[in-house]
Amino acid sequence: MILTAPLAALGRQTMAFMALIGRVAIFAFQGLTHIFRPPFYGREFLVALLNIGWLSLPVVGLTAFFTGGALALQIYDGGARFSAEAVVPQIVAIGMVRELGPVLVGLMIAARVTSSIAAEIATMKVTEQIDALTTLSTHPMKYLTAPRLLAALIVVPLLVGIGDIIGIFGGFIVGIQQLGFNPATYIVNTVNFLQFTDILSSLVKGMVFGGIAATMGCYFGMNSGRGAQGVGAATKGSVQAAAVLILAANFMLTSLFFAS
Amino acid sequence: MIEFQDVHKSFGPKRVLRGVNLTVPKGESMVIIGGSGTGKSVALKCVLGLIHPDAGTILVDGKDATQGDRDAFLARFGMLFQGGALFDSLTVWQNVAFRLLRGSLKRPKAEAREIAIEKLRRVGLTPDVADLFPSELSGGMQKRVGLARAIAAEPEIIFFDEPTTGLDPIMSGVINDLIREIVVEMGATAMTITHDMTSVRAIADKVAMLHDGVIQWTGPVGEMDNSGDPYLTQFISGSAEGPIEAVR
Ligand SMILES: Nc1ncnc2c1ncn2[C@@H]1O[C@H](COP(=O)(O)OP(=O)(O)OP(=O)(O)O)[C@@H](O)[C@H]1O
Ligand SMILES: [Mg+2]
Repeated sequence: MILTAPLAALGRQTMAFMALIGRVAIFAFQGLTHIFRPPFYGREFLVALLNIGWLSLPVVGLTAFFTGGALALQIYDGGARFSAEAVVPQIVAIGMVRELGPVLVGLMIAARVTSSIAAEIATMKVTEQIDALTTLSTHPMKYLTAPRLLAALIVVPLLVGIGDIIGIFGGFIVGIQQLGFNPATYIVNTVNFLQFTDILSSLVKGMVFGGIAATMGCYFGMNSGRGAQGVGAATKGSVQAAAVLILAANFMLTSLFFAS
Repeated sequence: MIEFQDVHKSFGPKRVLRGVNLTVPKGESMVIIGGSGTGKSVALKCVLGLIHPDAGTILVDGKDATQGDRDAFLARFGMLFQGGALFDSLTVWQNVAFRLLRGSLKRPKAEAREIAIEKLRRVGLTPDVADLFPSELSGGMQKRVGLARAIAAEPEIIFFDEPTTGLDPIMSGVINDLIREIVVEMGATAMTITHDMTSVRAIADKVAMLHDGVIQWTGPVGEMDNSGDPYLTQFISGSAEGPIEAVR
């Protein structure tokens, strides 16, 4: 009994997580269909664009910049062990664009956007604002979920693109300042090395991660329990689930794009 | 006309409504009284489909409230929530005019704002609150903004969940008069929940008392004082002694 208890707990958690994915998938599908059925709430959409996109720029930029810099140092140091220091530009580019850019931006969006969406919607639920929306003939999925989901699907790929560029730039700065690379060669090596698939995969990942982040925030918010405790639990659950799903989706998308 | 037919609702093991039967005729003002936590708010939410009854049906003008076009159904209703339920991302006037700014009742912004300010005046609020956010208002002011929002689109059926709780006696009087006016002048059907016996006498055509999950007593407001029902008598007099236990 005692020996199997952790296993049983793990099994229960896994089952619960799978059930959650099922419910979330249905929720996400409903959210998507509401994007295409009128009415469309333009003001909510613009506010969501601003919150998810524009206001995330500083945190995305800083994260990408430092990561790109650290990546350059690591690759230089690691590459030196078999006299391959010169590959820094290429590996930084591939590492940022294929993996680190999308994943870091996705996780930052989960921390910043998923949590705030979940807390906001959960508070609305707890204070009966969602009920009030319904009685005012406004569908909560259409008014709350659809604009945020659409905004995330559009703007997170852009953020990822920006993160990729800033990350590469971080590597570039470290490369020329500290590692003695020639700036022009660095840029030429980066640009020539990257392929269309690399960039496409980056943006597709961004879109998927954005969709996951917005959906989890809305789902946990709408299904929040009662009271301040309910809001807290919804926020925590949403960020946890978004982060895990983003990493899982990242693995699947990487296998899809590059493993064949 | 709203008819509750044997409506049941439990939350987990907690049986809240246990067979509610009640008829609210068109154009009348029904006041629901009853102890705290007896399920008055739940009963109203069942009509609007915000809570689904476990058993029983609710008919609005003879049609099942859960069937048919939800939008058209809800467009006939106005609801003041117990906690106000104002949208805190919108200003006061945008809250009041919510329905007038979107959907089937949409009108030009300037006109919607004008209507909102007029409704705010009717609940005793000056136009300068219009551009504030709900969080900048006192509890009683929020309540009245909620009331203004409920009546903004001039619905046929209006639910008021404790409209005068948290208001001073004079403002309560203003709100009681307003609800009475809405029923008499606009011919609206109203269901009001209140704990305030002054309000009951000012607002009600009929009174229903919810106790132990059922309608314990219902009748015209004039018969309330001589009902002979021990529960109702105790509730009206506010006595701790009687069949209703003080600890629930
Ligand atoms: N969504 C819900 N989930 C679980 N329990 C609920 C829910 N809504 C109401 N209840 C429970 O149902 C009971 C009745 O609640 P309701 O809000 O209808 O009371 P009320 O008669 O309006 O009381 P008050 O006069 O204090 O407002 C309460 O015990 C409450 O805990
Ligand atoms: Mg109540």
